[in-house]
Amino acid sequence: MTHAADVPLWAAVPVAFLLLIGAGLALAGSIGLVTLRSFYDRMHAPTLGTTLGIGSILVASMLYFSILQTRFVLHEILIAAFMVVTTPVTLMLLARAALYRDEREGNPDAPPRRPTPVQD
Amino acid sequence: MSAMILSSAILAAQILLVAAMGCAALRVLRGPRAQDRVLALDTLYVNGAMLLLVFGIRTGTTHYFEAALLISLLGFVATAALSKFLMRGEVIE
Amino acid sequence: MKRWLPYPAIGLTLILLWLLLTESTSVAAVLLGTALACAGCGALALVRFPRTRLRRLASVPGLLRDVVVEVFRSNNAVARIILRPSRAQARRSGFVRIPLDMRSPHGLAALTCILTATPGTVWVDYDSSDGTMLLHVLDLIDEDAWVRIVKDRWERRLMDIFE
Repeated sequence: MTHAADVPLWAAVPVAFLLLIGAGLALAGSIGLVTLRSFYDRMHAPTLGTTLGIGSILVASMLYFSILQTRFVLHEILIAAFMVVTTPVTLMLLARAALYRDEREGNPDAPPRRPTPVQD
Repeated sequence: MSAMILSSAILAAQILLVAAMGCAALRVLRGPRAQDRVLALDTLYVNGAMLLLVFGIRTGTTHYFEAALLISLLGFVATAALSKFLMRGEVIE
Repeated sequence: MKRWLPYPAIGLTLILLWLLLTESTSVAAVLLGTALACAGCGALALVRFPRTRLRRLASVPGLLRDVVVEVFRSNNAVARIILRPSRAQARRSGFVRIPLDMRSPHGLAALTCILTATPGTVWVDYDSSDGTMLLHVLDLIDEDAWVRIVKDRWERRLMDIFE
């Protein structure tokens, strides 16, 4: 914490606020991972952390280093862009895998099967 | 003044993130199905990346950023491969 | 022109990402980034990545603003649902099947990103034979309302841009 004294108060307050919001959202998502009952419900919980949670921590990091080094530090955008692209892919792959396994085992959590088209 | 605000906020954020990682680890251990464990492992990766970013702010160096980038990258690849494995029983067809 | 620059937008994005990663705008970094972008676009051309032309770029900022607003709103809603388990009995989650009119693969990918990035909805499956998608909603009150939300708020505007 040797550098933190160089940061003016008007920047320290938003950085602290954003850090707490981001960490709180990540914790809320992980609590949801433990408390929600079915797998398909739990699938929604981590998106709290992967959208606004990591987003606000990245903004806090950008703000802090930009002021600390008195130049624009923007490379955190890379993680944000990467997260935006990868989160839907992982969630969709996982959801489809779970759907496939549930359908094969006749699990009641799975959605009703589509009516098969009539062959004529 | 600003140092005090920042250091307490960073400490609180680190505690919250470690608690989040604990919750995710609990779900990894408890299961019950394999897809629950994979989902929790993915959450664990993201929380780890966030913890590293906060650590970078604490120490004032940008080196942790690269570690966070690598963790999120590896987490994506690992989760994609594991989901593929759950679906078909093999990773590369 | 088309032969050498098959994907101008993707190439430009790759150069920008490289400059962000190296944190410099020196000639060397720009040259290396350009070389990497050319290699990346060449690789995409090898796997015959479908090309698209964006129309009505003017409506993109409005769409992005609405996505950000929606992300904030649904983060708040889902965090409330998780942290207040006493109301779990009243909540119902479930699958909705939504018929889509959009066929552009890029538009569908954008719709997936939007729907999954807003907590509370996860895109599960897409059937390309009849163009229906399966969506899982955490707080499902009314199936028809969700069909309307997806079609009116997102699909119509994405079709304006991608088709």
